Amino acid sequence: MLSAFVRDHSNCQLLPWILQCEAADYFNVSLAEVEEAALQQGILPARYQRNRQAISASDQLILFRSSIAVIGCGGLGGYVVEELARLGVGRIVVIDPDVFEEHNLNRQLFSTPANLGRAKVEAAAARVSEINPAVTLTAIQEAFSPANGGELLKGCRIVVDALDSIQVRLELAEVCTTMNIPLVHGAIAGWFGHVTTQFPGDTTLQTIYRSWKGGKGVEQTLGNPSFTPAVVASLEVAEVCKLLLGQGVPLRDRQLVIDLLAMEMNIISILKDA
Amino acid sequence: MIITVKLFASFRAGRFDIETRDYPEGSTVADVADSLSLPQSELGIMMINNRHVKLDRLLVEGDTLALFPLLGGG
Repeated sequence: MLSAFVRDHSNCQLLPWILQCEAADYFNVSLAEVEEAALQQGILPARYQRNRQAISASDQLILFRSSIAVIGCGGLGGYVVEELARLGVGRIVVIDPDVFEEHNLNRQLFSTPANLGRAKVEAAAARVSEINPAVTLTAIQEAFSPANGGELLKGCRIVVDALDSIQVRLELAEVCTTMNIPLVHGAIAGWFGHVTTQFPGDTTLQTIYRSWKGGKGVEQTLGNPSFTPAVVASLEVAEVCKLLLGQGVPLRDRQLVIDLLAMEMNIISILKDA
Repeated sequence: MIITVKLFASFRAGRFDIETRDYPEGSTVADVADSLSLPQSELGIMMINNRHVKLDRLLVEGDTLALFPLLGGG
């Protein structure tokens, strides 16, 4: 049977990719099922061997059984999806209504000249099936809204904010609170960005954007170069990983403010004045 | 009254990182932003002594005001 095959074919508690594929073929199951059968026995698919010691085989099983929603598949979302898939998060729901346009090419990971006009979430699905076929990616080509949010986020452990609209972010934060889901928030503009994590019941995003009156932020004039989304997305994924594994100290009630021009990172408090 | 103003990110361009300045009694956060030609639509986080405040907040002697631009990109 599958678990015995996996055990017998593992080497130093590692299951090589070629044998993961062989097992899937032989037992007529998905690569994801083989991955779970391995992880349940403390055997790590060999592709994750460099996750050790940071992430143990039992941690890897937690990641594999987790479902994460990524809202937005542009600058931040592309890197977030890529990193979650390589990390081994088993289920990723990615939501974005847009198709790739030429002005995305400077930074959006899944955009290529050949992809112009293609749905961003479709490109994300293609990319993930290429880099880690054991990951199940659900591509939803829709705009997130309070109307569809409850349905779209059902079953997700954590939501990652990779949106480009402050209004939708505030709506997302509210839906997450209603659904009792932690929200990892990131935003960028030019050389600058910030990251924080809102736990259910917190009003972090309302505090950050309490003076917002409509429209876009300074990204409208500053644009977004290639490296800023990569930095902020990576910090968001680190938060997700910590939250899933219950390790480290999340950015709760704290906001990490990043200035890549001055190469400064500051932590500011989310405490409000009366 | 003496106020320490800290600017962050794009607000530093052509201005300063940190400066201690004299403002008239009764000045608000909005007055300081105006005096620095910071458009209100670009103001994001505003903090006095590490607490989030709004534009109409009155400053008092010795306050440290930190101003961050509004970031919304993804």
